[in-house]
Amino acid sequence: MGKTIRVAGLAMALVLGLAGVVYAAPSEIRIGVALEPPVLDPTAGAAEAIDIVVYQNVFEGLTQIDQNGAVQPDLAESWTISADGLTYTFKLQADVTFHDGTSFDADDVKYSFDRIKAPDSLNAHKEFFADIESVTVVDPLTVEIKLAKPSGQFLFDIGRGDAVIVAPESSANNATDPIGTGPFSFVRWDKGSRVVLERYEPYWGKKAALSKATYVFISDTAAMTNALLAGDIDGTNNFSAEALDVFKADPRFKILVGTTEGETLLSTNNKKPPFDNLKVRQAMAHAIDRKALIDGVTYGYGVPIGSHFAPHHPYYVDLTNTYPYDPELSKALLAEAGYPDGFSATLKLPPVAYARIGGQIIASQFAAIGIKLELINVEWAQWLEDVYANHDFDLTIVSHVEPFDIGNYANPNYYFGYDNPDFQALIETLNGTTDEVKRKVLAIEAQTILAQDAVNGYLFELPQIGVWNAKIEGQWQNAPIEGVVLKDVHWVD
Amino acid sequence: MTLFVLRRLLGFAVTLLLAAAVIFFLLDLLPGDPAQFILGINATPENVAQLRAQLGLDAPAWQRLFIWIWGMLQGDFGQSYTQNAPVADLIGERLWVTMPLAILAMAIAIVVGLPLGILAARRRGKLLDTGIMVLAQTGIAIPNFWFGMLLALLFAVTLRWLPPGGFTSWSEDPAAAMRALVLPSLALALPQASILARVMRTALVDVQGQDFIRTARAKGMTMGEAVWRHGVRNALLPVLTVLGLQFAYLVAGTIIVENVFYLPGLGRLIFTAISQRDLILVRGATIVLIVAVTATMLVIDLLYALVDPRLREGEQR
Repeated sequence: MGKTIRVAGLAMALVLGLAGVVYAAPSEIRIGVALEPPVLDPTAGAAEAIDIVVYQNVFEGLTQIDQNGAVQPDLAESWTISADGLTYTFKLQADVTFHDGTSFDADDVKYSFDRIKAPDSLNAHKEFFADIESVTVVDPLTVEIKLAKPSGQFLFDIGRGDAVIVAPESSANNATDPIGTGPFSFVRWDKGSRVVLERYEPYWGKKAALSKATYVFISDTAAMTNALLAGDIDGTNNFSAEALDVFKADPRFKILVGTTEGETLLSTNNKKPPFDNLKVRQAMAHAIDRKALIDGVTYGYGVPIGSHFAPHHPYYVDLTNTYPYDPELSKALLAEAGYPDGFSATLKLPPVAYARIGGQIIASQFAAIGIKLELINVEWAQWLEDVYANHDFDLTIVSHVEPFDIGNYANPNYYFGYDNPDFQALIETLNGTTDEVKRKVLAIEAQTILAQDAVNGYLFELPQIGVWNAKIEGQWQNAPIEGVVLKDVHWVD
Repeated sequence: MTLFVLRRLLGFAVTLLLAAAVIFFLLDLLPGDPAQFILGINATPENVAQLRAQLGLDAPAWQRLFIWIWGMLQGDFGQSYTQNAPVADLIGERLWVTMPLAILAMAIAIVVGLPLGILAARRRGKLLDTGIMVLAQTGIAIPNFWFGMLLALLFAVTLRWLPPGGFTSWSEDPAAAMRALVLPSLALALPQASILARVMRTALVDVQGQDFIRTARAKGMTMGEAVWRHGVRNALLPVLTVLGLQFAYLVAGTIIVENVFYLPGLGRLIFTAISQRDLILVRGATIVLIVAVTATMLVIDLLYALVDPRLREGEQR
């Protein structure tokens, strides 16, 4: 026994000797994020995790999206639009350098857009830039972009992570060694563990308050909780609602609940019977109790939606009362549609809490009107293949996190299978309209058509629940675009 | 002895080849397309097809299997689909966490488990024996992720002696790297130490009744001397078997503890790679695990032969 105690004592001494307390310097920040990006090049993949780390921090576009979702100048300090809406002339910021020291000018802009449009380009959102006809360098600080047809969405689209400006000298290595023009430059990436950024001192704009930012990848909620409580991280942009209670009463932390661009849908295969019948879709819409769903899935933090639009957007219109919760009416509609006893269908659920929990609640709400759902859990890769690519599904629950993605409904080959020529014409007009007032009218009309056609079950907007050290300010509360933008983040006393 | 080693080595090679083929074809059956995963929810079918071609996913399965095995024989594990980096590098980085973690956990388990097992066997039926066995039973029953969370709560959240998780690379700060491994290795070691203590006790109790112990006693040794000089060595055989299995488990099965302590280990790498259908990375990592496990088994077999000469089959005497 004596030996054992000595050994244990030795182990303890080792532990104590190695122990040390680490204090975060007030100009540095460590942020916990759930998903690690596969690469750090936002033009090379669809993963949201890429933008979370680099968007507006390492990379910048001609325009940027601010925390209200509005378009602001960035590398383009100003622009003019020709009367026919086809030619955009951008005046670029002077004295901008990439993090490797090379200078930024109009050639880089041309290079970046030509790269997106190249036949072998694998940009995940090539379609946003399909209407760009030509990019011309007028002088080193002026670029002219010609469109094939007018687009009211163009200035927003070039502010996305997919359209950030990269340099021909470095773009090939951006996946692992990103070189941009942003306020932070890339330092290191310990795969599986963290990405470190530091303030780029020669930055052309207002310098960031933080000297260093570390993104720590923590997928487990309990581990994230421990990391916050132990001070290993200073905050996280998105925390699980179910574990939030620990932080509510703790004055060291503050909770920021905001909205995202994530319309959470009960996506419906509109081409497949019985879902091709409007009465059936209306019956399903009347059967959904959004309040119960939001309470069960997000602990009450989600905002109910009645169509495919983010509530924080200036064009949003509240359509949640188009088909209010009314199970009796649902049954009547089902009977009218020829299904007095209901029917059976499948519901495919990707591996996220809102879908897995939401699926069970929807299944019980539908059971009340006679629709029996078989819940099928799938992984993301399988979901993308079965549901998204092969349209092999009845119903699924998924959040569409792209900003301003109502245009997907105008694509009859999209997985919703919604083919409405009137709606397609409307989106065509909306895309070609640049006048804000007219655009808003058209966008509201589009939302209304989708709500009345009950194309999908419109459930709620995903919340973004940030948990931060109470002494950190300047972080975005809402997420109108994917990203954790650091330039205004700072510590206060 | 040479023949024995050669036969074991041949078995090792055949196992690897078979395992490689099985892994390859099983993973090929998984639904889901890596190209679709990378390009996401707005991808056009043309773009997906183009990426598939670029990743070399168009070739027939047998051809890809051949290219893959041929590459590995030359030390080239291929390029990860999603991470745009060589698979060998990605795995290599993780081994710098997983291997030290497994070794540290194994060391703690041995240092704690074996002496307790010996002690319990020597005090068989006494209070101390019962106490140790109750502890060991509890140690096996406690899930290690839960124990890990308790450790993190106590030592990281409350006392703040150690980090709650994460990892600083060895090159950046070796002391911080070591500190990061303390709690996870303790969490991993608890059930392993408990199992070792039980196995050691049982083996030693069996040995204590054997003739050679009585002979040793008859030669005038005390029971303690007899057990120490003759008993423990004989009891080590079953313990070695268990040790081999445990080490293999610690290399391959630490993903839950890696999650609790957000460590960049091999387990998390494989988990992410599977969910993203980065099949070439999954295959490479699995091969590394199989090599580790079969190599451990090989070493254990060889150690067996050292401890027990009767097992050197095929040797002419």
